[in-house]
Amino acid sequence: MTTIAARGSVPQPESRRDELQDKGFSYVLAFTAFFVLIALAGAALSMLWGGREVLAQEGWRFFFSAEWNPVENRYGALVPIFGTLVTAVIAMIIAVPVSFGIALYLTEVAPSWLRTPVGSAIELLAGIPSIIYGMWGLFVLVPVMTEYGTPWLNDHLGTLPVIGPMFQGPPIGIGMLTAGFVLAIMVIPFVSSVMRDVFLTVPTRLKESAYALGATKWEVVWDIVLPYTKSAVVGGIFLGLGRALGETMAVAYVVGNTVRFSVSLLEPGTTIAALIANDFAEATDTYRSALLLLGFVLFIVTFFVLSIARLMLMRLSRREGLK
Amino acid sequence: MSATQTVATSNRVAERLYRKRRIVNRIAIILSCAAAIFGLFFLAWILWTTISKGIGGISLALFTENTPPPMQSGGLANAFFGSAVMCALAILIGTPLGIAAGTWLAEYAGARKIGTVIRFVNDILLSAPSIVLGLFVYTVVVAQMGGGFSALAGAIALAFIVLPVIVRTTDEMLRLVPAQMREAALSLGVPQWKVIVQVLYRGASAGIVTGIILALARISGETAPLLFTSFGNQYWSTDLTRPMSSVPVVMNQFTASPYESWQTLAWAGALVLTFFVLVLSMIARAILLRNKTSND
Repeated sequence: MTTIAARGSVPQPESRRDELQDKGFSYVLAFTAFFVLIALAGAALSMLWGGREVLAQEGWRFFFSAEWNPVENRYGALVPIFGTLVTAVIAMIIAVPVSFGIALYLTEVAPSWLRTPVGSAIELLAGIPSIIYGMWGLFVLVPVMTEYGTPWLNDHLGTLPVIGPMFQGPPIGIGMLTAGFVLAIMVIPFVSSVMRDVFLTVPTRLKESAYALGATKWEVVWDIVLPYTKSAVVGGIFLGLGRALGETMAVAYVVGNTVRFSVSLLEPGTTIAALIANDFAEATDTYRSALLLLGFVLFIVTFFVLSIARLMLMRLSRREGLK
Repeated sequence: MSATQTVATSNRVAERLYRKRRIVNRIAIILSCAAAIFGLFFLAWILWTTISKGIGGISLALFTENTPPPMQSGGLANAFFGSAVMCALAILIGTPLGIAAGTWLAEYAGARKIGTVIRFVNDILLSAPSIVLGLFVYTVVVAQMGGGFSALAGAIALAFIVLPVIVRTTDEMLRLVPAQMREAALSLGVPQWKVIVQVLYRGASAGIVTGIILALARISGETAPLLFTSFGNQYWSTDLTRPMSSVPVVMNQFTASPYESWQTLAWAGALVLTFFVLVLSMIARAILLRNKTSND
């Protein structure tokens, strides 16, 4: 009896070794997992640190002043911040209804043999590198906008009260509207694939009950599917918004890269990301510091937008888990 | 008003409502078809532009000669080489870190709060603007090395894009491995790290490989984070501590130029890049699809 008990309590050298290895292994893994946290925090802090010079010089004015003049060493970020928000909003105004339509098509309307190929083709759009969108925008879309888009907008929307001034401008093709449109095409595959995926989580018996009561396809989608997936749909939209806010190359080609405030969407403007991409490599001292601080602003804005997106998406999956 | 009349009017009302519902439904269906056509139309248009403008520049010289000075002929050999080196390095740095972190999330974090937090942060890193990661690596690596742009810095910037993709796929794929596999191996007295490395990784390998391919597809077209980390180099360079050329950055430089020979090269690069990225994402899709059908 005593020998057995003793044997049980004295650890074997082998199991001791296993235990040590197991511990070491788990510590290494835990460190790498925390590295992900460190990476995100490091990214934010390094830009804030890089921007300290201009923050000391301009203070809060940096965020509220529209004067961006590297020659005289004055930096106010209002114009690029405004441009970023405006292009992203234009993108979402176009992308949200189109994405919803595509998701509706892929889940309810299309014959089942068409769903996979069309869905995959739309997702391929998401894989095309953003610089290709930029080149396409500059060489194909800009001439089309110059030739047809801008004159039409000037004649039809430009004469309207209130929103008229937004659509008056020279026929140069580049500008915030073109940038917003290119962004919309980039964002559509992301938003539509999230929407499609969440539409597919709706229990079939809910939809079939509605169909059995005589509901039309549209009524099923609008009154059954959409209320059920509301939070995740909003999450998908915010995911697309996060992408639109931070997109660089596609915008840099077509936005015009002019740091000047303008009400018209047809005038050249700029966004935070485009401004950094264009000027950072050549910038020195305070200018570089100002661009780093702009990067920090962009990071904070996208962080909040993406956080909202994730929380909204998690809400649906949590309900899925409870069932 | 007689009873028959009331029935008739209520019938008419019902009829009108029915017709209205049908019209609304018809309009919705037509609009959704239009939306799908809209998406496919732009995919086709962008692909067509890349092919029609890029096909003229495809030649053997594209892959054997270096980027030329303005107005002269040449190729993109140094850019292809630079992209390959930096992408490979980024995958080499990002993959082990990502697999390890993903494993911790799936196998060790359990229901702990910190696991949820790291997953959340990883998801944000996954969709964070890539230019921000470029700025991060600039301040942490380039500025610390005295402001010299280097291929290594470019690779590190790309590795930060690879990392969250691998973390996510590893985490998801490991959680798909049935619990019986873990229990069976553990009950044989196998230490946990061996269970993970020899049993679970084998079960999740197809998924993890898909993640690596998708990450490669994503970074091979990334321009923004390379602009001020690896910068660019007109010549063939194998030195990781010096600026190195890459396809997207050369495309960016050449597209904006007024020289026709440069623009032709830029579009040829765009065509090769798009083709490469689309083939990679199709391979990834095929692996996933095959795995799904074999598991069912």
